[in-house]
Amino acid sequence: MRNKTGNLQIIPITRKLPVICSILTVVFILSILTALANGPSSISIGEIFAFISGGDSTDSTAQTILWKIRFPRVMLAALVGATLSLGGMVFQALLRNPLAEPYILGISGGSAVGAISGILLGLSFFPGVTFFSFLGSMLTLGAVLVLAGGRSSTRKDSLLLGGVMMNAFCGAFIMFLISVSQGSKMQQIIYWLMGDLSMSNSGNLPLLLLCLPCFVVILLLARPLNVILTGKDAAIAMGVNVRLISTILLVTTSMMVSLVVCQSGLIGFVGLLIPHLFRMFLGADHRLLGPSCILGGGSFLVLCDLLARTLPEHGEMPVGIITALIGAPLFIFLLWRSRR
Amino acid sequence: MIALDLRNNSLVYDNNQVVDDVSFSARAGEFFMILGPNGAGKSSLLKLIAGIEKTQSGKIDILGRAKEKYSTRDLAKVVALVAQQAPIDFPFSVAETVLMGRSPHLGLLGIESEKDYALAEEAMCFTGVEQFADRRLDQLSGGERQRVMIARAICQEPKIILLDEPTNALDPAHQLKIMDLMERFRQEKKTTIIMVSHDLNLAALYSDRLLLLKNGRVVVIGTPAEVFIPEFIGKSYECDMLIDQNPVGEIPRVMLIPEKFRKHA
Repeated sequence: MRNKTGNLQIIPITRKLPVICSILTVVFILSILTALANGPSSISIGEIFAFISGGDSTDSTAQTILWKIRFPRVMLAALVGATLSLGGMVFQALLRNPLAEPYILGISGGSAVGAISGILLGLSFFPGVTFFSFLGSMLTLGAVLVLAGGRSSTRKDSLLLGGVMMNAFCGAFIMFLISVSQGSKMQQIIYWLMGDLSMSNSGNLPLLLLCLPCFVVILLLARPLNVILTGKDAAIAMGVNVRLISTILLVTTSMMVSLVVCQSGLIGFVGLLIPHLFRMFLGADHRLLGPSCILGGGSFLVLCDLLARTLPEHGEMPVGIITALIGAPLFIFLLWRSRR
Repeated sequence: MIALDLRNNSLVYDNNQVVDDVSFSARAGEFFMILGPNGAGKSSLLKLIAGIEKTQSGKIDILGRAKEKYSTRDLAKVVALVAQQAPIDFPFSVAETVLMGRSPHLGLLGIESEKDYALAEEAMCFTGVEQFADRRLDQLSGGERQRVMIARAICQEPKIILLDEPTNALDPAHQLKIMDLMERFRQEKKTTIIMVSHDLNLAALYSDRLLLLKNGRVVVIGTPAEVFIPEFIGKSYECDMLIDQNPVGEIPRVMLIPEKFRKHA
């Protein structure tokens, strides 16, 4: 063909991805170390390294705090942050709606009704409340998918509307449950609704590791997802099985979000802020956005959780308050800057 | 050699017969255009060929092989589509968009090789969008964006390119540029071009053969001189038009006659 020039250079993904991933991995590790080191009793970074390398344990109390309390907590925050950010990214793309949250397909309503019922029944957090919450989100998700199935032409809108309606219906039910609850249970419910990582313990971490295969599935489907975003018909004409890929992504994402929500409650804003933040800097390529959301979202929630447990003089506050308090102004600032 | 062969194809959407017993074939390297009034079934016909709609009745052979025997991916290796509108709500860059054309050729992990990048650059240079490589699609004009979409189709290395009204809403210079681009590409690569258009004069100037469609049915298939006669073209569009010869060559020319001039016609 004519006009062949050799000086045009497209930077290949294989060169961009390692750079972005290394930077974010450094941020991620630093966040985790900071979160491990700080708390009611502080542990120095040097001590942490000594414990990790299995050196002589001079202070067994510090070691217990680190491994039994802080480590599971920080890991939970990292996994929850990563999952919610990645989930937000997928839903914003598939539903073509910038306001889509990871909970949008009825997950928030369903899991909340489940969790609150569990709390009112006086069940322990794990496995009782967690199981009820997961069951609740699966039931609503199933209902939304069945409702939206069938007519493929309007499927995206009906998914969105189905999810919003299901969440609204559950919202009314939640209000009813709160109105009949009292005292300590009321506080427990409010904390759950605002998102709270303090209920976690090391026992339920393995369950959360089920999110990791979901991450892999989503990262592998990032390229077809890109193609789908340039138009459904165009994607089919480029050899992408749009229906299959969309369905796999919707189900995988909803599953992993449900898995996380039942352990952490409804932590808002992470799933909205992190994907948009990276989209502003990296553009729309989901092969870059996926790993960025995992590492960046993980770091963000680890740091927010650190603030949630160190800021108040007594006890701690729900991490959902921090994510919104930091996230909203940061997002507004970035939006304002990008408009100039 | 026949690149595309349709036999007795019909398509029904919600009890609506949009394609009704259509048969035609296009040779390898032919510039074949599809004309017809709004709602004639032109776009549906393209969707049928591109595999977006399943064949309901009839038979489609692509490069001598039945369409059903192709997987979605394999079909995409030989047929590319430039759709009417590309959504631009996700800020992909020009280079990223053009590279997507390699999709059907990539392996499981979808990582592009040197060759894929080279093909994308070549396609961008061919359509003249290489200077926009890093720009986002929403920062381009309609004509520039259309050239990006054509570059993506070229990058797909198809044997047949389907275009759905590619010159729609473009100024005359851009219309000419797009059409010349397709003609040059056809000559160099011997690719079959199937184009849906509403521009009768461009159709007459560029096409080897035309298919005139109305209410999903074939009115006539033939060269511009065979199709551009009042019985066919005037009746199909149900409007007053004057057909004479284009001074640039032995090609029919169509002029619409507005109501206020109709008594002189």
